[in-house]
Amino acid sequence: MSRTIIPFGPQHPVLPEPLHLKLVVEDEIVSEVIPNLGYVHRGLEMLSRVRDMHQMIYVVERVCGICSCLHALAYCHALEKLYGLEAPPRARYLRIIWGELHRMHSHLLWLGLYAESFGFESLFLAFWKVRERIMDIMEATAGNRVVISTNIIGGVRRDISPENLRWIMNEMDLVEKEFRQLMSTMLKDYTVESRTRGKGYLSKEDAYALGACGPTLRGSGWAIDSRMLEYDALKDFSFEPVVEHDGDSYARGVVRFKEVLQSIGIVRECISKIPDSELSVPVKGNPPAGEAWSNVEQPRGELLYYVKSDGTKNLPRVRIRTPTFANIPPLLVMLKGCELADVPVITLSIDPCISCTER
Amino acid sequence: MGLLNNLINKSRLKSPWVVHYDCGSCNGCDIEVLACLTPVYDLERFGIVNVGNPKHADVLLVTGTVNKRNKAVLKNIYDQMPEPKAVVAIGTCGMSGGMFRECYNVVGGVDKVIPVDVYVPGCPAKPEAIIDGVVKALELVKAKLEGKAPQSDAAPAEPAEGKPEEPKPEIDAA
Repeated sequence: MSRTIIPFGPQHPVLPEPLHLKLVVEDEIVSEVIPNLGYVHRGLEMLSRVRDMHQMIYVVERVCGICSCLHALAYCHALEKLYGLEAPPRARYLRIIWGELHRMHSHLLWLGLYAESFGFESLFLAFWKVRERIMDIMEATAGNRVVISTNIIGGVRRDISPENLRWIMNEMDLVEKEFRQLMSTMLKDYTVESRTRGKGYLSKEDAYALGACGPTLRGSGWAIDSRMLEYDALKDFSFEPVVEHDGDSYARGVVRFKEVLQSIGIVRECISKIPDSELSVPVKGNPPAGEAWSNVEQPRGELLYYVKSDGTKNLPRVRIRTPTFANIPPLLVMLKGCELADVPVITLSIDPCISCTER
Repeated sequence: MGLLNNLINKSRLKSPWVVHYDCGSCNGCDIEVLACLTPVYDLERFGIVNVGNPKHADVLLVTGTVNKRNKAVLKNIYDQMPEPKAVVAIGTCGMSGGMFRECYNVVGGVDKVIPVDVYVPGCPAKPEAIIDGVVKALELVKAKLEGKAPQSDAAPAEPAEGKPEEPKPEIDAA
């Protein structure tokens, strides 16, 4: 049996991003995987010494364009802890609305790319068609489609008018209707099941021991979700994470599929209960010296921010721990022993976000 | 041969294939490039297809800043593309380095490594702007086919060496 090394990436049609895996292949079976990172590394954590802490919000949003709102949210939470202030009630609801909209668009994007990875192109187009409704909501409420820059330290930058809130409610109905139409294809179709069931198995013990997070962890049977910490408006609702027990690519797909429906529910609940108040509390002066950390649930898993302040307007250290970085060791375990043709499906099943990982 | 060439040239312009490379972008522009291919914007009605192999492509879409590691990959992809070809740099990062221009690992805009024909501004660039950029790039491909514009390989723009390195602000490494 001969050993061959096949490069997967950095430019590959399945991946929108440059991830490079060296696959050691024996016949058709992958026996070893060597990850090779660094193609997107920019070094933006160092920018906190050049930009002041308010400008850094816009920098951390560009860590990852897909979940930008949640990066800014985590950063603002950490600085609010340093200042010892809390966002007003309406801002806390608006943050959750925009955050869950981001989760929905990220999951729909992933479901589409996932369908494309096993060659189901019409399903890819169908998911992205639903996603455009959410992009329209973002553009109407924040002025940009992807990077919406709504969070500031101490609250949010802009409001959503009552007419727009009613319109979002209507759109949520349409999104849910269109999304449920795709349910039977995504979850019961023979093609989808035969390409994903049993592929990339990750046992419950391995998932915990290797430090997986997000849907990768929940697909293996652990009910762990940072939203259970009840940040912002989430403390007013009861929240139950979505859990699947199979631990394969199919289960991870189901987790994300159900999370979209869960997010639709959260947005509806937020809109029906949203209180009236001012949008932000004023922030005066430089933050007191000290350190703070915060974590929020990103579409891909737990996102952790650590900030350190020395009492000047620049932060000497901002450390970002992103979910895909945690999910790469489980990925290497999943890929071992799989067939070469399943590598794209399994790689995508962790929802890799390389620009988060390498920053 | 004249007839065959005419046919090939016509199909090149009526069905240009694009290859997309993410060169250190934040994903914002990448997902907008992909959104162009989906039902709402539907680039395929113009015959534009996203391909994985640079050897099949006419237009190279580059998003994001160039860093020290993927510089060689980008050059490699560009060199593999057959003439006539056009390069579209998407987003503020692709044009100048954008907000990352002061980072230690960033070389700068795409034009420091390969010659760029069309710049699409925006952070992230909107799908409409990207479509507009590709259409502009096709005009250039047409000019190249008709011999009105020089081929990219014949007259290379001055990459990296020609331009002086922009000084980066000192970041205290303590």
